[in-house]
Amino acid sequence: MSTVTQSAPSRRPRDFAFSWADAGPFLALAALLVIGFLVNPDFLSVTNLSNVITRSAFIAIIAVGATFVISSGGLDLSVGSMAAFITGITILFMNAMAPSWGAWAIPAGMVVALMTGLACGLANGVIVTVGKIEPFIATLGTMGIFRALITYMSDGGTIPIDRTLREAYRPVYFGTVGGIPIPILVSLAVAAIASFILYKTKYGRKCAAAGANEDVARYSGISIVRTRTIAYVVQGACVAIAAICYVPRLGAATPTTGVLWELQVITAVVIGGTALRGGKGHIWGTVAGAVILELIANLMVLSDFVSEYLVAAVQGVIIIIAMLIQRFSK
Amino acid sequence: MTRTKWIAAAAIGTLLMAGSAAAADKKTVAVSIPAADHGWTAGVVYHAQAAAKEINAAFPDVEVIVKTSPSATAQVSALEDLSAGRKLDALVILPQTSEELTMPVKAVKDSGAFITVVDRGLNDPAIQDLYVAGDNIAVGKNTAKFLVEKLGGKGNLVVLRGIPTVIDDERIKGFQDGIAGSDLKILDIQYANWNSDEAFKLMQDYLAKYPQIDAVWANDDDMLLGVLEAVKESGRTDIKFALGGNGMKDIVKKVIDGDAMTPVETPYPPSMIKTAIYMTVANLVGHAPVRGTVKLDAPLITQANAAEFYFPDSPF
Repeated sequence: MSTVTQSAPSRRPRDFAFSWADAGPFLALAALLVIGFLVNPDFLSVTNLSNVITRSAFIAIIAVGATFVISSGGLDLSVGSMAAFITGITILFMNAMAPSWGAWAIPAGMVVALMTGLACGLANGVIVTVGKIEPFIATLGTMGIFRALITYMSDGGTIPIDRTLREAYRPVYFGTVGGIPIPILVSLAVAAIASFILYKTKYGRKCAAAGANEDVARYSGISIVRTRTIAYVVQGACVAIAAICYVPRLGAATPTTGVLWELQVITAVVIGGTALRGGKGHIWGTVAGAVILELIANLMVLSDFVSEYLVAAVQGVIIIIAMLIQRFSK
Repeated sequence: MTRTKWIAAAAIGTLLMAGSAAAADKKTVAVSIPAADHGWTAGVVYHAQAAAKEINAAFPDVEVIVKTSPSATAQVSALEDLSAGRKLDALVILPQTSEELTMPVKAVKDSGAFITVVDRGLNDPAIQDLYVAGDNIAVGKNTAKFLVEKLGGKGNLVVLRGIPTVIDDERIKGFQDGIAGSDLKILDIQYANWNSDEAFKLMQDYLAKYPQIDAVWANDDDMLLGVLEAVKESGRTDIKFALGGNGMKDIVKKVIDGDAMTPVETPYPPSMIKTAIYMTVANLVGHAPVRGTVKLDAPLITQANAAEFYFPDSPF
């Protein structure tokens, strides 16, 4: 319990005082917006920004879950494959139910997606904690398993959603409420709930304690196994929510769905200010990190300076600069 | 426990040897192809298995065995396994990579097998008896010619290319050659890695950047699916054509249905594996000489001939 009482006072000043560490990713984001505007004024057009932020929603939602896992001292490489797997299961279920249930197959499919996500997350968590296998290796294993399962389910091709459901489901990605695209609202809601859990509940403090120093946390009576397993389950739920928003975008799951998302997710978390070795997580920083990544890709296309062959190199440089801005603003 | 396992293994081994001895007068054709990891290779697996089934049923003295491999290393092992137990009369191979497969295929050739190479050539063309491939340059060129004609030789284009490889370079080169001399202008060209999600994002960015786009070419149909979704969502009406390439069944279906934005398609058909298997078997059983190079053309698929290229049961 001592960790809990220790961490409480250290957090208190941050609630009132301005913290450079917390502001870092937002400064980088602001700098990027200014640079983008100078490069091409269309960059700040409402359509472009709304496209880009909507697109970043998947990575943002998954990265919110990854903030829990990384904060608690774990790592999850399987999220991209898991997203593809959940997408596949969800579409197959909806297609099977569509003839008898009609549009009701969509909410039922969402429930199936969530249950699958929770189960996948639980499997990852149990392998890592109870099985005591390095998170990197354990989730590398499940990454291969999920990827193979989606390839198997689709025969290597495509699993398209039933045509009768396509139009009814489309608004979940393309629709807006009060002018704001639904995926953005979903990711804000996920981040708000996550930051409440991580900052205002006992579990959130246990999570950071387990990641900051495992031994100290254990001596303080925190169950490392339970804390980390729950973090992986939260990750699974977040992947499922992202998959639910993803399905209507292209209306199909393929073996290449979600390829390399895990790296984007981890990059977003780290840009957001959470240390890869664990400790305090920064939920809103993570969300900013995901938007930054997507903005960089967008800026590469909107600018004319960079040869198509060098885009990845420039992206790498910008990510490193964003990290340096944070380091020196601390 | 260990002993019973050995006895069982020995018994199974004897059975297998007896089985292969009984079938010794059959001609064996091994087909080694990449495992289905995306749409096109899934199509290759589908057509190879269909060919094997049809030929095994039609010619009782020919046995076609299909083996898929997820990587170049696995394919090398698969070749060793295929040729270890029995004598191969022919090998039809779509190599994962040219470099790693050249020597192993040569070893099979030295054992006396007829070698058919499909799609990707080996480093030493002397190894192959028959080479079957599509025409990537024509994929780009025929698409370009269609656009030049339909847009009256004038207009703004954006292009999405795949993964930096020879295939991608050839398609782009064919396209650039095809529009050369016209007033069609390529506003932008970027990589989207033959992935629908990346193509969706890239197309959204193109739409934000350019107020007037007459036509889009994605050099693969997976990417075209992402492009079409982005165009549909934007509500833009300036885009007259959005074309792809490869012969994916969803896109060929659009052509059959007379879609206004995607009225034509160019094939780089995974069914070329089937062509290759049939030709190889023709050589074995029909005394029909087939040695040489077969380059399948990439004719425009239009409403008139689309049925020839439409495989509704294939995953691709």
